[in-house]
Amino acid sequence: MNEVLLSARDITKRFGGLSAVNQVCLDLHQGAIHAVIGPNGAGKSTLTHLLSGDIAPSAGTVTLAGQDVTGWRPERISRAGLGRSYQKTNIFLPFTVWENVRLAAQSRRQRAVRWLSLAGGFADTNERATRALELARLQHRRDAVAGTMSHGEQRQLEIAMSLATAPRVLLLDEPLAGMGTAEAERMVELLLRLKAEHAMMLVEHDMDAVFALADRLTVMVNGQVIASGAPAQVRADPMVQTAYLGEEH
Amino acid sequence: MSAAKANLELLPRSLQALLALAFLALALFPLVGTDFYVQSVARMMILAMFAMSLDLLLGVTGLVSLGHAAFFGLAGYALAFLTPAGEPVSLWWTLPAAVAASGLAALVIGFFVVRTHGIYFIMVTMAFAQMVYYLFFDNKWLGGSDGLYVNFKPDAWLFDLDSKLGFYYFTLAMLALVYCFLRRLLWSPFGRVLAGIRVNEHRMRAMGYGTFGYKLAAFTLAGALAGLAGYLYAAQSGFVNPELMGFHASAHAIMMVILGGMGNFAGAIVGAFAFEYLLHWFKDLPQVGAFNLGKHWQLWMGLFIVLVVVFARAGLLGALERLTRRRPAAPVPTEEERTA
Repeated sequence: MNEVLLSARDITKRFGGLSAVNQVCLDLHQGAIHAVIGPNGAGKSTLTHLLSGDIAPSAGTVTLAGQDVTGWRPERISRAGLGRSYQKTNIFLPFTVWENVRLAAQSRRQRAVRWLSLAGGFADTNERATRALELARLQHRRDAVAGTMSHGEQRQLEIAMSLATAPRVLLLDEPLAGMGTAEAERMVELLLRLKAEHAMMLVEHDMDAVFALADRLTVMVNGQVIASGAPAQVRADPMVQTAYLGEEH
Repeated sequence: MSAAKANLELLPRSLQALLALAFLALALFPLVGTDFYVQSVARMMILAMFAMSLDLLLGVTGLVSLGHAAFFGLAGYALAFLTPAGEPVSLWWTLPAAVAASGLAALVIGFFVVRTHGIYFIMVTMAFAQMVYYLFFDNKWLGGSDGLYVNFKPDAWLFDLDSKLGFYYFTLAMLALVYCFLRRLLWSPFGRVLAGIRVNEHRMRAMGYGTFGYKLAAFTLAGALAGLAGYLYAAQSGFVNPELMGFHASAHAIMMVILGGMGNFAGAIVGAFAFEYLLHWFKDLPQVGAFNLGKHWQLWMGLFIVLVVVFARAGLLGALERLTRRRPAAPVPTEEERTA
C-alpha cells in the first residue's frame, strides 16, 4: 500500500462519562478510500471532528503527513494539508459559487495579505479555484449564488471548496446524504476521480456507494471499532452482520 | 438574493453616480451655506467617518461592537493632551500619534474581546468602553467629568484649520480618503476574509483561516479610523469630555450604520448625515399643549429607525437604490393589439 498520510492512534473522546469515540486506530493511505460505517450515534462524525481539529481529543494521537497534529486548532490542521466536508452542508450561502471556492483557494496564500490589492487578481488562487470547480464539474454554475442551488449541487460545492485548499487528506462526512439517485451517481464518480491524488476517509450510510468506493472499511459501534479490513472480508464478519449490516446484506 | 446585493456590497452604477453628485454638492456647499451650516456639515462628515469605521466591524465582519466610541474619544483626548496651553501643535505628527493611540488601545482591548462571540462580544465591548469612560470620568488629572480644552486647532500646513473653510475642506478630503480606502479594502483578500467570517466563521477556520488574527486586525483598524474621526471632532469643537466615549456615543454610531445600511460604507455616510439631520429636526419640534415634542426627540428617532428597519432592510441607501433602479420599460403594444 501507498504512503500513510493520516494516522490516528487510540484516539478517544469522552463527554463526561460517555466515550463517544473510544481508542480508535485508523490509517489513511494515499490513493485509497477508507470508508467508516456504523449505526447512528456510533461516533463517526465525532471521529471526523477529532481528526480535523474541530474537537480536541481526550487521549490518543493524530499524525498528518508525518507531523504530530494532536490538539491543533482546525485552521492549523487545514494548512497542514487536511480538507473536510460536513454532514450538514457548510458553505457560504449568500456568496456565489466562484467566491466560495476562491475564498477557499485564497487560504493557501495568507502570508502576504495585501490590503489594497483586489482579491480577484491573484493568478495562483484563481487557478486553484478554477481547477477545483472543474474537478467537481461545477464550472457552469460559477456565477450562481450558492444558496439558490439544489442540495446536490451544494454538496458538490462543499467538496470543491475542500479541494481548492489543495489538501492531501480529505475527510468526507456523508457526502451522499439526502441526494437523489442521479446526484448520488455523480458524487460517486467525483469521489473516484479524486481518489488517485488524495488519502480519503468516507463516512457514509449508502452501502452501495460504500462498496463501490471503499478500499478499506471500518465498522464502528458505540464509539468503538468492531471490525476493520478489506470490504469483502469485513462484510463477511459475523459480528458485523449482527451488529450493523443486518439481514439485508 | 445574494449578500452582495442585499448588502449593496457592489454599489450599482445609479448609486455611484448619486454618491459622486453628493460629493460634488459637499464640495460646493460652503459657497452657499452660512458659517453655522458649514460647521454642522463638517461635523456630519466627521461622524460619517466614525460610522464607517464601525461599519467595518458591524456590517463587514459581523462584529457588533457596543463600545466603539472609546476609540473615538481616546484620539480626541490625545489631541487635548498634546496641544500645549499657549500655541498650536502640528497636525502632521499629532494626527498620526492620536490615531496610533486609538489603534493601540483597540489592539489591546481587541486581544481580549475578539475571542468572544455573539452576545458576549456585545457585552464585553461595552464593558471595556465603560472602563475607559470611567477612567477619564473619575480622574481629575485626565480631565475628570468636565473634560479638557483643546486651546488651539492643530496647525496643518496647506490647510488653515482655523478658518471654517479650511477645516471643512480638510475634513471632506479625509472623508473621501477614508471612504476610498475602505471600499478598496472591502474587495481586497483581507476584506473578503472578513466577509467570510461574517457569513460563516466556522467554515473559514476549517479552510485554514486563523480568524482570530483577522478579527483582531479589523478591530484595530476600525479603532484607528474611529480615532481619526475623534481627533477631528476634538479639533473642531475645541474640547473633549468623557461623553465622547460614552455608551450613547457608541449606540448612536450603531444607529447611524443601521439607518443608512450596513456593509458598504456608503450607507454609513448616509446614515450619519440622516441621523444628525433628524436629531436636530426632532429637537426643534414645537411644544404641543403640555407636551414638548422636541424634548422627546429620542422617541421620534427610535420610531423612525424602527420604521426603516421594518420597511427598508438595507437601510436608507437600500431605499435610495430601489428608487433609482431603472424600472423595466412598459411593453410597447404590438401592431395587432393597437388595431384591435
